Amino acid sequence: MTDSKEIKVKEKLGVTTPAEQTVPGRVFTPEVDIFETDKAITLLADIPGVKPEKLNIDLRDNILTITGDVDRLESADEEFLALEFETGRYYRQFTLSEVIDQVKIDAKLNLGVLRLSLPKVAKAAPRKIAITAG
Amino acid sequence: MIYRRIFGVPGWETKNPFSELENMRRQVDRLYQGLFSSSAQPAAGVFPLINLTEGKDRYMIRAELPGVSSDELDIQATASTLSLAGERKIPEENNGAKYHRRERESGRFSRVISLPGEINPDKVEASLVDGILTIVVSKAEASMPRQIRVR
Repeated sequence: MTDSKEIKVKEKLGVTTPAEQTVPGRVFTPEVDIFETDKAITLLADIPGVKPEKLNIDLRDNILTITGDVDRLESADEEFLALEFETGRYYRQFTLSEVIDQVKIDAKLNLGVLRLSLPKVAKAAPRKIAITAG
Repeated sequence: MIYRRIFGVPGWETKNPFSELENMRRQVDRLYQGLFSSSAQPAAGVFPLINLTEGKDRYMIRAELPGVSSDELDIQATASTLSLAGERKIPEENNGAKYHRRERESGRFSRVISLPGEINPDKVEASLVDGILTIVVSKAEASMPRQIRVR
């Protein structure tokens, strides 16, 4: 088959966050792809509508938290004829099994997709330990 | 059919043999309706989901299209419909990557949106910013509301 398959609709999953939101509105779980190589863990998240200044990436105690806010797209004077999706905050949290070199974390936001590269800390090279007599 | 009631007051009863099943089916239908009703039912589950709004002189259509670039998008307009087609591609990561999660989908999409009134297909503007597609469609001159003065 040379034709690519048809993409099916998937409604966004709403989620309740562990702590209460200070900003009112809906919270959604973005779809992600996570893959790992020897050098790094890479995360790709679909977060359409999030501008770089509204994106927050936090890594502490091996917990990665991604938060992105989307402003209301429609202006107040528009009348709704069809409403099939809503916008709000994107939120997702992951526990990382590997130790990450925080200084080298790279985040790119393009076409509404976040590409987060988390380089792993290089394993300590084997070292010969000298023994002094005494 | 005439049934004899086995329990309860002895006697005869005419009954539709399927009434019990029909009752159960009605109850199950009601349960299913509760499960599937949501704030918005997407039209036949077609991708992408859109929000359609109306202003005084235009219609606005918005859709979420993460990962789609403008050259992979084909928008066409006629006097009363707008068609939206394209492909969302997910590039291959070819460095021996081991996937832990794979939730995002890629593929073709195609959707025709009928607009409630006549539009001007020459005055359609579309922009794709941060994965959000916004299409502004001007209403046809003839269908713009006109102020009527009362003498």
